[in-house]
Amino acid sequence: MAIILAQNLTKKFKDLLAVDDVNLEIEEGECFGLLGPNGAGKTSLVRMITAVSPPTRGNIWVLGKDLKVYPRQVKAILGVVPQLDNLDPDLTVLQNLITFARYFAIPKKEAYHRSTELLRLFQLEDKHNSRIRELSGGMKRRLLLARGLINQPKIIILDEPTIGLDPQARHLVWQKLGELKAQGITQLICTQNMEEAATICDRVAIMHQGRMLTQDTPRALVSRYVGDEVLEIEANSRNRGKIIEKLTSRGLDFVDMGDTIQVCHVSRDELAECLGSFPDGLRQRSATLEDVFFRLTGRTLVE
Amino acid sequence: MKPFSWRFIRMWQRNRDVFLRLWHAEAPGFVAEPILVLLAMGLGLGAYVGLVDGQRYIEFIAPGIIASYAMFSASFECTYGSFWRMEHQRTYDAIIATPLSVEDVIAGEIFWGATRSLMTGSVILAVAAAFQLVHSPWALLMPILSFLSGIMFSSIAILFTSLVPSFYSFNYFFTLFITPMFFFSGVFFPLSSFPEILQTLSWILPLTPVVHLARALFWGEFHLNLLVALVIIIVLTILFFSISLVTMRRRLTV
Repeated sequence: MAIILAQNLTKKFKDLLAVDDVNLEIEEGECFGLLGPNGAGKTSLVRMITAVSPPTRGNIWVLGKDLKVYPRQVKAILGVVPQLDNLDPDLTVLQNLITFARYFAIPKKEAYHRSTELLRLFQLEDKHNSRIRELSGGMKRRLLLARGLINQPKIIILDEPTIGLDPQARHLVWQKLGELKAQGITQLICTQNMEEAATICDRVAIMHQGRMLTQDTPRALVSRYVGDEVLEIEANSRNRGKIIEKLTSRGLDFVDMGDTIQVCHVSRDELAECLGSFPDGLRQRSATLEDVFFRLTGRTLVE
Repeated sequence: MKPFSWRFIRMWQRNRDVFLRLWHAEAPGFVAEPILVLLAMGLGLGAYVGLVDGQRYIEFIAPGIIASYAMFSASFECTYGSFWRMEHQRTYDAIIATPLSVEDVIAGEIFWGATRSLMTGSVILAVAAAFQLVHSPWALLMPILSFLSGIMFSSIAILFTSLVPSFYSFNYFFTLFITPMFFFSGVFFPLSSFPEILQTLSWILPLTPVVHLARALFWGEFHLNLLVALVIIIVLTILFFSISLVTMRRRLTV
């Protein structure tokens, strides 16, 4: 049974269709990545799943419970980690956790116990008495994560959990998320970091302009949309037209990026044969989720 | 309208905890200022004012000062305070992702605003009692009146907060609504000194019934008009409380 099930989910603002008839099925224990450029509808979708924004159409069930009927019960088992820091700056680090525990009606003693344990786990125990503004960006993100775990959620929903973090802090977050996954906590992660999605997500979905374009494992998406490898040909104004003509006549799958041309689903030899020779600036590299992302959502800025 | 639940107490507790950390920064506004106004107006201006029934001017204004500053406490808390939490700190967003609903959060804010009124009202009452301005044991009900009127003024304030785009909008609220009430609700002079039309108009202001009740409690003198005053307060409270829950839900759950 899917732990999160969304059917025909639509969110309409005045003159904007933010989420357009999306279906989503997330299995218990998996780490599910939601990818898409800015304005794709990821945030609107997540706000509906976390019961803070009512869908215009469609239904959501979390653990078999209809979100419209049981918003409180569902929110009680969710851990939400927002992208923007909304820690309580009027309270200390420890008070932030204890106060948050109170929103979940966790008894005082238990709240204190869980809070100190989480601070230890996220290497913040030295900071328990600090004000929020005294924390670095990485510490704030860790505290947000710790806060999201205070109610021992079955599902944790993270919006850009590592944006703006240095590589050390990023890897620490990934490591913690891996540990949570090992404990069987389902994860839904919004991200624009393709490396992150490929590293930690079991399955990813790509959204664009409110619609769900595709869902699968990162590996399956790469081999379906790009192939295992990408060949990049350096092009200049002299040879560019000719190369494109040859690729087109052969029916090869390529993307013209101006100074380079990327060819997918093709071997090196095949490409050499098509062009009649090995071009000088030919590079071969592994295909990535980023290639898939560009293929599906285009290269132009949406906003 | 969706009703609020007992969970509103969690929001109230959050505000209480913050207050206990930071109260010393706010004390001048709600303790020192009303006492200064009471003494300056009451003793200074009062020396030139002769009231008909031989009352001292400071005795006349003391109940109204309590009512006014209880109003100010609730109004500041649920305009600047609430807006800051909502828009700048994003505290509401964080809390409505927990089992608390928007209605719980707003009810918690309103009852916290009323608690601020209660505290302010009680402190000034104690000062007034120390200056022997209180003449009836009924004045012990002043804190309850402060709390009740605090719910009303918090509801009005947070309704305004739910509708405004920015901090600057509160200038309108205080200049055009709160300050006129301070001067035209019978705090500093009896309403009977106004032309008749202004007297009628002043009964529209929600502070007027509160000032009448406060003065009655101070002197232990009751008449039937006070029942009307109480009904006005209760009706306005229910009305603004309910509307603010609806408008806040609309603002926070788009």
